[in-house]
Amino acid sequence: MVVTTSWYLVLGAVLFSLGAVGLLTRRNPLVMFMCVELMLNAVNLTFVSLGAALGDLGGQLAVFFVLVVAAAEVVVGLAVVVAIMRRRQGATVDDLSVLGG
Amino acid sequence: MSTVVTPEVLWWALIPVILLSVSAMLLLTVASLVRHLPSFLAQAWTVVTGLAVLVASVPMWNEVRDTGPRSFLGGTVAVDGSTVLATAALAIAVVATALLARLYLVREDLPGVELYVLLMLSAAGGVVMVSADDLIVLFLGLEILSIAVYVLAALHLRRIESQEAALKYFVLGAFASAFLLYGIALLYGATGSTRMALVSEHLSSVVLFDDGMLLAGIGLILVGLAFKVAAVPFHAWTPDVYQGAPSPVVAWMAAGVKVAGFASMVRVLVVTLSTHVSDWSPAVGVLGGLSVVVGASMAVLQTDVRRMLAYSSIAHAGFLLLGVQAADAQGTAAVYAYLVVYTLLATGSFAVLTVVGGPGDEAHGLDTYRGLAHRRPVLAGAFTLLLLGQAGIPFTGGFVAKLGVLAAAVEGQSYWLAGIAMLAAAIAAFVYLRILVAMYMEDGDLEEPEHSKDAVVPLGAWIVIGMACIGVLAIGIVPGPLMELARDAVPVLVGG
Repeated sequence: MVVTTSWYLVLGAVLFSLGAVGLLTRRNPLVMFMCVELMLNAVNLTFVSLGAALGDLGGQLAVFFVLVVAAAEVVVGLAVVVAIMRRRQGATVDDLSVLGG
Repeated sequence: MSTVVTPEVLWWALIPVILLSVSAMLLLTVASLVRHLPSFLAQAWTVVTGLAVLVASVPMWNEVRDTGPRSFLGGTVAVDGSTVLATAALAIAVVATALLARLYLVREDLPGVELYVLLMLSAAGGVVMVSADDLIVLFLGLEILSIAVYVLAALHLRRIESQEAALKYFVLGAFASAFLLYGIALLYGATGSTRMALVSEHLSSVVLFDDGMLLAGIGLILVGLAFKVAAVPFHAWTPDVYQGAPSPVVAWMAAGVKVAGFASMVRVLVVTLSTHVSDWSPAVGVLGGLSVVVGASMAVLQTDVRRMLAYSSIAHAGFLLLGVQAADAQGTAAVYAYLVVYTLLATGSFAVLTVVGGPGDEAHGLDTYRGLAHRRPVLAGAFTLLLLGQAGIPFTGGFVAKLGVLAAAVEGQSYWLAGIAMLAAAIAAFVYLRILVAMYMEDGDLEEPEHSKDAVVPLGAWIVIGMACIGVLAIGIVPGPLMELARDAVPVLVGG
């Protein structure tokens, strides 16, 4: 059996969907961040496999940018979560419902 | 020995990004070296930087008009009329936000220069976004803009509302970025490049037999951008974030983030994907129609003025989408004119909210505005003008802006959409009328709230409100110059 590009693309799509569904259904902020990471890494896989299929370096270069952005994003996200946890131990996103009209 | 070939750089076209980011870094360095930096210095620094960008955009505009649009850095960054106009609008938003920020920071006892630094970095990201000629650069700009705004939303460390707003904005923002990025990846797979000029060239020269990947890519990019500009059904975060985040930050979110979001949406959809208008234009039309209707009708139900303005900003996004879906030069020009007017309206309105909000940034209920005309006639008068502008009453800039996008929609034969938008504009007018009635007609609350008795409206807020009012009136009475600017600002793709 030959593993073609489309296998990787399907795997990327599955991982992306897992991340998206997880983000929408989980209630722990940390798990939600992990889901975002999963989505971004699914995109990375897609970029790399498409780049390989096209014989183009651009796809692999894009991954470096995405990695850096993902790291920066998590730093900010964790800082916000730590700031919240300091005030409320073990908070889930359901506990954060001060806002509303 | 071989020499490394470096790409051509047009340094003059990078001046706004350099000014904003270098100035932000310098301010951060100075503030960490000097123990007690007077807070007005940080503010003045930011205002001067914003003004410098605004001034720099004048020669840039002339240069672009004389020599035509250019692409540089290996075809990843472009400079054209739309870039310069959007940069100028971002600079105006930076100046306005910085002028408001000190009032808020002093009142809330939040020392430090973080707000100014992050504001300038965020604006630098916005400029990168509007001048991107490569989808990856667009993504980087979007993230520089967004990550700074996530921190800005969480700036008030003692208010749980601020942190809640930041978390909600962060989670949904990251979600949207992932969608946009996946869309870029699929578009790359379908066309073989992330450079907009090459994507466009490929799409116009090659007929794809199986365009599933391309369509999925376009759809995902659309979803990602719709999240960022808060179009229905991707708007759920907006009211909560606007309610919880510090008011000056909301002014930046409303004005700056929208300008960058729509300018890049025009670049990607209207310019790059011009060969596939029939695929994305109906979807954008549906998003626009939903946004105007849901934004206007949900605003009616709110009792918190900040949430009202949040929903009205969703309705404004809908109007802007109407201009985007027209997908022609007229629609694009209408979008740019609308963005400039909206920058003035949003910063002015949120300046009023910052002042009225009082200590703790709490007093935003409709009750607070009851009898405001008796207590503070000038402030109420200015707010009246800005609200009428948002409603799109003739002789205000809002009318010119709304008329532009509606005309573009009618010209593009989207009669239904234009009809729905006009209906929604009428509903939205009722919302603004509710605030006006509270300010002028109801004086049951003659006993003033404790905090506002001796509160003096600071100079910074006056400047913002005054400039916004003058701008909105001037554009409303003499719309010609802005229309001309917007017409000349139509974006073009240049192969690098």
